[in-house]
Amino acid sequence: MFFSGKMIYLLLFLFVTALLVMTPRRKVALSFAGISIFLVTIVSSIVSIKALISANTDSGSFLQFIQANISSLIICDKLSAFFILIIDFTVVSGFLYSIGYLKPYLKNKPEAWIKLHYLALVWLHASMIMVPLFRNGFWFLTVWEIMTLSSFILVIFDFDAKGTLKAGLSYLLQMHVGMIFILGALVISSKGFKSVSFNNLESFFQNNSNWPVFLLFFIGFGLKAGFFLLHTWLPDAHPAAPSHVSGIMSGVMIKLGIYGILRVTTYLVNDLAAIGITVIVLSAITGLFGVMMAILQHDIKKLLAYHSIENIGIIGLGIGLGIYGTATGNIMVSIVGYAGALLHTLNHSLFKSLLFYSAGSVINQLHTRNVNKMGGLMRLMPYTAWAFLIGSIAISGLPPFNGFISEFLIYTSLFNGIGNPEFYPLIVIFIAMLSLVLIGGLALLCFTKVFSIVFLGQPRTGYDEKPVEVKKIMILSKVLPVVPIILIGILPFLIIKPLMSLTGSIFGIAGTIPDVSLYEPMKFVSFGAVTLLLLVLIILIIRALVVNRNRIHVGPTWGCGYTAVNAKQQYTAASFIQEYTALTKPLIKTGFSNLNYNEDELFPEKREFHTHSDDFIKSRLIFKPADFIINLLRRAAIFQTGRLQHYILYLLLFLLLIFLLTFLKLI
Amino acid sequence: MVALVLVIITSFVFTGLIIRTKSIVSGRKGPGIFQPVKNVWVLLNKGIVYSGISGPITRMAPVVVLASIVVASLMVPVAGFKPLISFNGDFILFAYLLALSRFMMIIAAFDTGSSFEGMGASREALYGMLLEPAIFVLIAGLVVLTGKFSMSALFSLPVDTGNNLIYGIIISYIIGNITLVENSRVPVDDPKTHLELTMIHEVMVLDTSGFNLALIQLTSFLKFAVFGGLIASTIIPNNLPAAWRLILFFIVQALFGIIIGIVESFRTRFRMNRNQQYILTVTLISMIFFVVIFFSKNIF
Repeated sequence: MFFSGKMIYLLLFLFVTALLVMTPRRKVALSFAGISIFLVTIVSSIVSIKALISANTDSGSFLQFIQANISSLIICDKLSAFFILIIDFTVVSGFLYSIGYLKPYLKNKPEAWIKLHYLALVWLHASMIMVPLFRNGFWFLTVWEIMTLSSFILVIFDFDAKGTLKAGLSYLLQMHVGMIFILGALVISSKGFKSVSFNNLESFFQNNSNWPVFLLFFIGFGLKAGFFLLHTWLPDAHPAAPSHVSGIMSGVMIKLGIYGILRVTTYLVNDLAAIGITVIVLSAITGLFGVMMAILQHDIKKLLAYHSIENIGIIGLGIGLGIYGTATGNIMVSIVGYAGALLHTLNHSLFKSLLFYSAGSVINQLHTRNVNKMGGLMRLMPYTAWAFLIGSIAISGLPPFNGFISEFLIYTSLFNGIGNPEFYPLIVIFIAMLSLVLIGGLALLCFTKVFSIVFLGQPRTGYDEKPVEVKKIMILSKVLPVVPIILIGILPFLIIKPLMSLTGSIFGIAGTIPDVSLYEPMKFVSFGAVTLLLLVLIILIIRALVVNRNRIHVGPTWGCGYTAVNAKQQYTAASFIQEYTALTKPLIKTGFSNLNYNEDELFPEKREFHTHSDDFIKSRLIFKPADFIINLLRRAAIFQTGRLQHYILYLLLFLLLIFLLTFLKLI
Repeated sequence: MVALVLVIITSFVFTGLIIRTKSIVSGRKGPGIFQPVKNVWVLLNKGIVYSGISGPITRMAPVVVLASIVVASLMVPVAGFKPLISFNGDFILFAYLLALSRFMMIIAAFDTGSSFEGMGASREALYGMLLEPAIFVLIAGLVVLTGKFSMSALFSLPVDTGNNLIYGIIISYIIGNITLVENSRVPVDDPKTHLELTMIHEVMVLDTSGFNLALIQLTSFLKFAVFGGLIASTIIPNNLPAAWRLILFFIVQALFGIIIGIVESFRTRFRMNRNQQYILTVTLISMIFFVVIFFSKNIF
């Protein structure tokens, strides 16, 4: 099995790309990486589009050559196809972005490191595509591992910066913990089968309780996705990684955790209510926690990373509703919930990569991630600013962009469930609704904050060198996601039918609800969006006609009569959320650095002031146990004396112990 | 179409009515009912002064704010008259359009780099966030009550049940309070205050002038009419003839305006840090409404 010829193709691909990308000339290496990514994209997109449009729900037809050789291992069903298309889109835009983004690094990083970075990108792309394709456990875990390793290389690109390596290692370790859980779940579910495979789940779930094994899978995949309690690697790894990597990781790689959960979900048969409730409650907490922490962040990429957690929560709500709807027999709740989750997966990959690219452009110019050092960038970097604005409106779930459509679907699912006459189901749905509403409001608070502080007003601390708009290719890579964001937002009725049939065929609930129940609303949403845009246009034209150009004047900002307003008097990120911080004090601990001067300090040094908010999950769940283990090991270090005699003694003791145990028939 | 026309008509007199009530109650002569509309007309014909720091957001925001409220008002049912757009889940679009207008207002406030406007923006964002659950919980309660999903069905109570009066009063009370917060009126905010430090809405538009200020004022007129329309369609029985509904609608709207005026005259505004509690209380009242509805539906 292990070396049954078929693995050769994967090895061959990895080897050939490695050879090509590591060629001596950097430019050649870059173009090879590009060619590889585009080739893989084209092939996999064709395959997945074929799978999506084929009537056969189980497997799409594959290209002739591959079909003859490895088709028995690769199954491209609609769920895989959906994820592959998302991956392809984001990786291509990320690659284009990286060309511009890495330019300043070319001088001060060793050439081999840059090449290795691109090699890792190529491998990450290929392995991410393989993940949804393999059902076989061994193969799945192999590509899962390649994905983890290559993304680790990508994350630690800026390894000499403070904290990067630590964040990368934390990521690497936690991913392996997750892998153990997945492996365990796979092995447990494959007991009595010839090979370890996801396909075994079907008969396993029919004969056994679903809930424990699902939980194992959920923890394993949830570590990748970043659910609450499993998220601690995420807010560190994203800021540490270069922006295109953050975009790809946050946009699509963590979605493969969602893929895994969805894949397992398709096999579920019993314990549905318990699983559904667990997923809903965990997702609600995830979403709220993510956005509540995000608001407190002043590091722009950390903020976006916490928003990934929030959006995973929203997607999880959709999945939970899907499972729960199936459990209670409410098909409308179920199918619309799943559809919302799928659409939000797509949408989040679009606007999150857009936001990361825009944030990256800002960081590229300013060399800082602290929003309080930014300001007034809209005039200096207009395209980036508009891209970030569109992303912000979309991620806050506001019309007329795509985020609204997926949240609309999840709300529809929720409100369909709220008519349930039973008490406990109602409580669950009610909590889910309340959290989704709060998430929406909090996201608005968060994104008005970050957009305003970064792009509007005046620079808060002046810039050493004036930022300029980034290179064309970086703008182009932002335009790529903007187009579908707007299209999905204003023409949702075009995608709703395919989306519903896709959801129906993935989860085996096709054709049970009339199309009209969602097609009609979507048409009206679309009508509303178009009317909104038209109205904006009309009012703008009227204003242009009514207000003569020579009656428009420019004056100073109103300062209550005080005209010498300077940039430091503007609202900052911390002051904008001051009331919010006070409100959440019981939940989230925020602190600030000490500013007091000592009495004996005659010539006080320059003081730095910064506020910080601690992720209490990280300190309690990761650091405390880790410190405990480290302390324990430190105590154990007395055995490490460095004297050969002692070591020989240990050896002797060990042998004696073995002898004793054997003698007592204990081993 | 009738609904939209009605909303627009009432929007023009609503603010005037409030001001008129306040002046009568306080024993002043006061301006006429149409004074706010005249003010808007004057503003529409004025030139615009932009802050030198501001950019495209300041220029775009008032337009988007008005447009989104207009689209939201297309979905508002008025006393049994069908709105222009009505579909399952339209209240989500409605609430999120209000949120969009809030988003634009907030970022426009920051665009001028002012040291005051951020203050209002910060409060607006927080209060908006706290208020949204109230709206959605109220609607959830109505969904349980009626089993329908569109605003025109939700905000018209079934005629036959005996509890309608109670429901009507609670719903009107909640929407009334939501209106006060959304429109930044006393006790949350005072539109007539003259100190920037205590403003919420007014401080955000300090640097908005002329045509743009007119757009913002039109928005606040429309918002009043929209919420008033919701109240009217909730408490006016659906089975009356159209003419009666029309008359009742105007009476309800006028009463709503007068009540707001009276409330503003006799109530003092809260200290800023009390506002959060007040808004959360509104949310809690909607939750109580939800629970009452749930139990009356499923147990009694």
